[in-house]
Amino acid sequence: MFGLDKADTRTFLFVIAITLLAPFILNPFPTDSALAQFNGGYPDLMQRFMIFGIFAVGFNILFGLTGYLSFGHAAFLGVGSYAAVWMFKLLSFNIIPAIALSILVTGLFSLAIGYICLRRSGIYFSILTLAFAQMSFAMAYSVLSNPSFNLTNGETGLQVYASDPQYLKGSGPDITHLFGLEMNATKTLEVGAWAFQFNTGFYVCAFFMIVAFYIAMRIFRSPFGLMLRAIKTNQTRLNYTGLNSRPYTLAAFVISGMYAGLAGGLLAAMDPLAGAERMQWTASGEVVLMTILGGAGTLIGPLLGAGFIKYFENIFSKINDNVLHTWFSLMPESIENFLVTIIHPFVGKGWHLTLGLMFMLIVIFLPGGLVDGGTRIWNKITGRNRTSPDVVASPKPAE
Amino acid sequence: MGILEINNVNKRFGGLQALGDVNLSVEEGTVHAIIGPNGAGKSTLLNCLIGKLLPDTGTVTFEGRSILGLKPHQINQLGISRVFQTPEIFSTLSVFENVMIACFAKRDGSFQLNPLTSIRGERDIHDKVEQMLLDVNMADKRNAIAASMSRGDKRRLEMAMCLVQDPKLLLLDEPTAGMARADTNNTIELLKEIEEKRGITMVIIEHDMHVVFSLANKITVLAQGTPIVEDVPSKIKGNLKVQEAYLGGAHE
Ligand SMILES: Nc1ncnc2c1ncn2[C@@H]1O[C@H](COP(=O)(O)OP(=O)(O)O)[C@@H](O)[C@H]1O
Ligand SMILES: [Mg+2]
Repeated sequence: MFGLDKADTRTFLFVIAITLLAPFILNPFPTDSALAQFNGGYPDLMQRFMIFGIFAVGFNILFGLTGYLSFGHAAFLGVGSYAAVWMFKLLSFNIIPAIALSILVTGLFSLAIGYICLRRSGIYFSILTLAFAQMSFAMAYSVLSNPSFNLTNGETGLQVYASDPQYLKGSGPDITHLFGLEMNATKTLEVGAWAFQFNTGFYVCAFFMIVAFYIAMRIFRSPFGLMLRAIKTNQTRLNYTGLNSRPYTLAAFVISGMYAGLAGGLLAAMDPLAGAERMQWTASGEVVLMTILGGAGTLIGPLLGAGFIKYFENIFSKINDNVLHTWFSLMPESIENFLVTIIHPFVGKGWHLTLGLMFMLIVIFLPGGLVDGGTRIWNKITGRNRTSPDVVASPKPAE
Repeated sequence: MGILEINNVNKRFGGLQALGDVNLSVEEGTVHAIIGPNGAGKSTLLNCLIGKLLPDTGTVTFEGRSILGLKPHQINQLGISRVFQTPEIFSTLSVFENVMIACFAKRDGSFQLNPLTSIRGERDIHDKVEQMLLDVNMADKRNAIAASMSRGDKRRLEMAMCLVQDPKLLLLDEPTAGMARADTNNTIELLKEIEEKRGITMVIIEHDMHVVFSLANKITVLAQGTPIVEDVPSKIKGNLKVQEAYLGGAHE
């Protein structure tokens, strides 16, 4: 189906199902229970799962498939957001022109940056991309924001003001929308003690994520994708086999840049704001972590990694001492205080610490990331011995 | 005039004259062997033919046009393929994928932006690769990851990758080095068959005299970067200069 083989179709349908049912799956705990803290099924976070999923899936095409580690991909995320907000300012709050421009502008931007950075490979390529991203950040933060030419609105961040022209707005809504469907519209379904939220913005993001994932799948299974994997393995052999690696790496770079642009555009579509901090090197590092954590070079790894990190960032960071005290309130006072003291550094502002530890454990014990872990568990259960279901299997002739 | 003409090629590495005034003409449809002791400059000469190295002086023409300064992929697209002294393969990919890449390169040229076509739909390519693997006796290893195979198999794989491209000129750098006797004989048979069936012109560098004398139509002896003798195999056998070159140099 969809031009995919059986196993891939299954993976694809699985991703669609999980995505569409996310409002249920991510909300396993009753609203009033102590564990409601761990529910991730609220619109803002679910949107982020999808958006950063897109970002990581695109990044994986460059890093996981082609073997080029970019440390500057957040620049494309930021450019995508700025482009989208400009469309809101000039045209209307309709997200379609905004997202289209995000993809187009980041495509051109990554073409220029890729053309220069891809003259080098390995660590030098990484450093070049990092340098470019930091330059972009500096430009957005100060250079491109002055009274005579204000493209980014500097520190404050780019946003839509009532005085903006919005030429096509007419009587359209005052918040971001898809031909009238407002992004922040949410329906809540109450079932017993549970409350499930269905948000328009989330389903728009989910749609783009599914399309983005599908395209990535097709790329993985195409001759083009095979050449990218060949570049990662042995570029010398590739050249002596009559293939020019440069346009291949450049195409991979631009494609992953456009994925980042789409993600940036969606971020702005959910919340019409763009700030320079979105382009910071820490943001570039985050997508590297997501990809490695989930499983670089696998299909669903980057999605898992993105979900994992965003969950931690949003859930663990909210657990403060008060929450801890309520959890352990049944214990004797001294034990309660002791436990809170022990756990305190790992939650709240310390969520980075927990994430860092988990990252180390995964890299050391599961070099293939979460997908690798999943496969091992699956093998244990079924007693079979197969490699990751979504690392590219040896091609069989078409049935 | 030969399909490959090398004229007055010189190459220095710092103070070392790796190639000195090399003149060589390879006739179309022949197997031309280059022999010589270790360090004689044989691999360096091949490197000058495939765009890995640029000679300091001299000319190299293939089918009448100069190939100096062309990129490796451009030279391959003209019809020159090379088997390296240490196998260069895509070690993390399967045997089948390795050969398939070479096959795509031959059919689609040096770059093709086709991210949405499916490999599974490429019946012609699959058939061609399958046939090639049968020809080199590797059909049973089609799904093996290239890195996991023996050195002899890697070399055979690399040869399959070159052959599937139907090159006009095949350059082989010590294709049987490190192979067991039986494997060596298989390789000789394979190369003979290629020569007879497809008439591919070959330049072969070899240490194993058994291989050289079973295959070559013509032999050039290289010593310290310079050809000292060029003749048919039967004449080379008794040549004094050759014996000197070998006795003087380090013989493997
Ligand atoms: N890239 C290089 N840089 C410096 N010296 C080299 C290089 N390649 C080969 N040489 C030297 O050139 C000489 C010829 O080497 P080579 O062509 O590999 O000999 P062989 O006939 O054994 O294949 C050797 O002395 C070798 O050390
Ligand atoms: Mg050599």
